[in-house]
Amino acid sequence: MSITTLKINGQDVVTESGKTVLDAAKEAGVAIPTLCHLEGVSEAAACRLCAVEVKGTPKLLPACVTPVSEGMEVETNTPKLQDYRRMIVELFFAEGNHVCSICVANGNCELQDVAIEVGMDHSRFSYRFPDRGVDLSHPMFGIDHNRCILCTRCVRVCDEVEGAHVWDVGNRGEACYIVSGMDQPWGEVSACTACGKCVDACPTGSIFRKGTTTGEKAGDRAKLEFLVNARDKQEWSR
Amino acid sequence: MDLVELKALAAAEQAKFKPVRVNCCTSTGCQAAQSLEITKNLAKAVKDRGLGDRVEVVGVGCMGFCGRGPLVQISTDDQLFEAVTPDQAAGIIASLDGGSTDAEVGDVNHPFFSRQFHIVRKNSGKINPDRIEDYIASGGYQALYKALFELSPDEVVTEITQSGLRGRGGGGFPTGVKWATVAKMPEGQKYVICNGDEGDPGAFMDRSVLESDPHLVLEGMAIAAYAVGADHGYIYVRAEYPLAIDRLNKAIKQAKKYGILGSQIFDSPFDFKIDIRIGAGAFVCGEETALIHSIEGKRGNPRTRPPYPAQDGLMHCPTLINNVETYANIATIIEKGADWYSQIGTEGSKGTKIFALTGKIRNNGLIEVPMGITLREIVEEMGGGVPDGTIKAVQTGGPSGGCIPAHLLDTPVDYDSLTKVGSMMGSGGMVVMDQTTSMVEVAQFYMDFCREESCGKCIPCRAGTVQLHSMLTRLLAREATAADLETMAALCAMVKEMSLCGLGMTAPNPVLSTLNYFRSEYEELLQPMPARLQNSAVTAS
Ligand SMILES: Cc1cc2nc3c(=O)[nH]c(=O)nc-3n(C[C@H](O)[C@H](O)[C@H](O)COP(=O)(O)O)c2cc1C
Ligand code: SF4
Ligand code: SF4
Ligand code: SF4
Ligand code: FES
Ligand code: FES
Repeated sequence: MSITTLKINGQDVVTESGKTVLDAAKEAGVAIPTLCHLEGVSEAAACRLCAVEVKGTPKLLPACVTPVSEGMEVETNTPKLQDYRRMIVELFFAEGNHVCSICVANGNCELQDVAIEVGMDHSRFSYRFPDRGVDLSHPMFGIDHNRCILCTRCVRVCDEVEGAHVWDVGNRGEACYIVSGMDQPWGEVSACTACGKCVDACPTGSIFRKGTTTGEKAGDRAKLEFLVNARDKQEWSR
Repeated sequence: MDLVELKALAAAEQAKFKPVRVNCCTSTGCQAAQSLEITKNLAKAVKDRGLGDRVEVVGVGCMGFCGRGPLVQISTDDQLFEAVTPDQAAGIIASLDGGSTDAEVGDVNHPFFSRQFHIVRKNSGKINPDRIEDYIASGGYQALYKALFELSPDEVVTEITQSGLRGRGGGGFPTGVKWATVAKMPEGQKYVICNGDEGDPGAFMDRSVLESDPHLVLEGMAIAAYAVGADHGYIYVRAEYPLAIDRLNKAIKQAKKYGILGSQIFDSPFDFKIDIRIGAGAFVCGEETALIHSIEGKRGNPRTRPPYPAQDGLMHCPTLINNVETYANIATIIEKGADWYSQIGTEGSKGTKIFALTGKIRNNGLIEVPMGITLREIVEEMGGGVPDGTIKAVQTGGPSGGCIPAHLLDTPVDYDSLTKVGSMMGSGGMVVMDQTTSMVEVAQFYMDFCREESCGKCIPCRAGTVQLHSMLTRLLAREATAADLETMAALCAMVKEMSLCGLGMTAPNPVLSTLNYFRSEYEELLQPMPARLQNSAVTAS
């Protein structure tokens, strides 16, 4: 095994050559925020949160795809990076509809975690309030596109780990959305094995297991009627 | 075919030329103004007057002065007729035979023409792009022959490196360095790609080259393939360019027939075939990694670089990708040598560049000028200035570039000077703006374009351009505050530094450059501060 030595935030780090800056930072106990990165699948380098400063390079480099090199000096948390990361998280929140208090992922959401990490308490950008729709056609799962951050983790995990390639990205720019099958309802995609890997991969409350959503609380109204009726008329069977 | 035969063919074809050639532009611009009918009428008039033995009518490519088209030019005395109509055709032919014509006569000594220097457009408007024989008659394919038989691949790369040629697709990357990188990759399958996506709004330089002289591009690609060790090339053209696609198809077929493309070119061991791929017109598909994905049949999304296509490109093979205009320079460099080429232009930017000159200006059209010419010379002398009023700014580089204010018109046109004033060379759009133009509206126009064209893969570009556009819109509606202006500038910086590909990295440029040079226009649009706060603001400062 050949090794590479580098500096991360002034700390000397030794790691296996060929690893990424993100891996090396993790080994050294330095946390770098990420969203599109998922252990075990290819990288998209799309969320840009993991950008770091490298001495001698004018550009900011995404740690998840930048290989370590000998003598590299990396800074992961400069004021500029903090500022930019916060802006990115603001953009994520402004572009979708994130109402955490009624979300299946509340308390379990990587977007939420990152927001807390970078200190994003409000957005300076105007909320877009998109109407992207919810697909509940699958018998076991659902997808709420309004909470999707287009990280494509579901796309990659389904293609690369499950081998089913149910998901892909449709359209472009702000109109981008995750399509199932040939842009048909998820429940009609015969390639889906219902393995649940995309549910586990999704960092937000976008893809979820049915039965866990707040909106699915169904009150048993007939029971109330029955009880009232029973007390009034002493009819105790339903 | 060998060189003797190629030269003999060229001479024979030239001998077939009639003494007087009446050239009529049949490119997209003039076709839209009935130039095909004019060509037909001209030919008929020649026949009617019995001039067929000494006069021929040739449908040629773009002559550049498209704003005054359709254009007809007489080869013997360079006489140029502008804005010709189909019924003026007979008169023009009559004027060759003692008669007279009421067609408008253009001034070929006008700076618009005389300040140009033609390398890429050397045959444009002079030869029939549908006939390979016309191209061969003008010396075509002799540079390819020279490369194959007189130079080693290394020597070709060296020649291109020494010429100082830089990529004409916008970035200005040294072409020789790119070729050397691909050439040095281990032997095996390699590809050559010609980028003809040309997505900048208002730009039509590459279209004009492809329509007017397709063989020049094919020859450049073949020389490149020989130099880097590739045997397969692709030309990626957008579907909006049907005439260019048609002419390329014809050109490839004809070149194959003569043994100039295909296997054992000129009976040498060198094989090279070219396929055309048609793009659906997404701007981002001009970005090299997105273009490669598109050719592979995948979604046209860019990916992070490195690895660069030179190392890991089409089908993961080493791939050379250059712009149309870049390839169109190659044959001349090989023919005349790097020393000749590097005398043209400036220290850091060699050769010529084609611009599409448009906007508030008298003379619209395509111009090929030597690098180093100043913006003032282009706009005031060649372009004839603003029709009424005064010039305010010149926009170069399209949605990735910026607005250069009038007081900087003496800036020389070269890669580094344009970058220094906050714009860029880009692919060759040049829009002139007068005092009536609102710079904030200009910024909004380009931001709208970028927002539309963002692929949506990375968040800074996907959502950042949307927010910037909405801030500019609010500003124009006088609903923005000074704090919004600050936020906008901060967002611009973030999008520029954090985006994944060149689209996002350059999208804020039109805002940043107008904010830099025309800040007062932004400030005038700010919401007035409520009167009760005005006093406290003064005391606070
Ligand atoms: C958003 C975007 C659009 C681009 N569009 C084009 C284009 O239409 N034509 C082109 O030649 N290069 C375009 N480029 C540049 C290419 O990525 C690439 O640099 C170029 O084709 C290389 O050729 P050159 O070195 O000859 O300039 C574009 C780049 C970006 C980021
Ligand atoms: S996905 Fe996360 S950030 Fe969005 S609403 Fe749900 S918990 Fe909140
Ligand atoms: S559905 Fe979830 S995993 Fe898929 S792109 Fe959206 S946020 Fe990412
Ligand atoms: S910068 Fe824009 S076009 Fe480029 S990858 Fe990001 S979203 Fe796509
Ligand atoms: S984790 Fe690196 S770009 Fe998203
Ligand atoms: S299109 Fe006819 S002169 Fe340009």
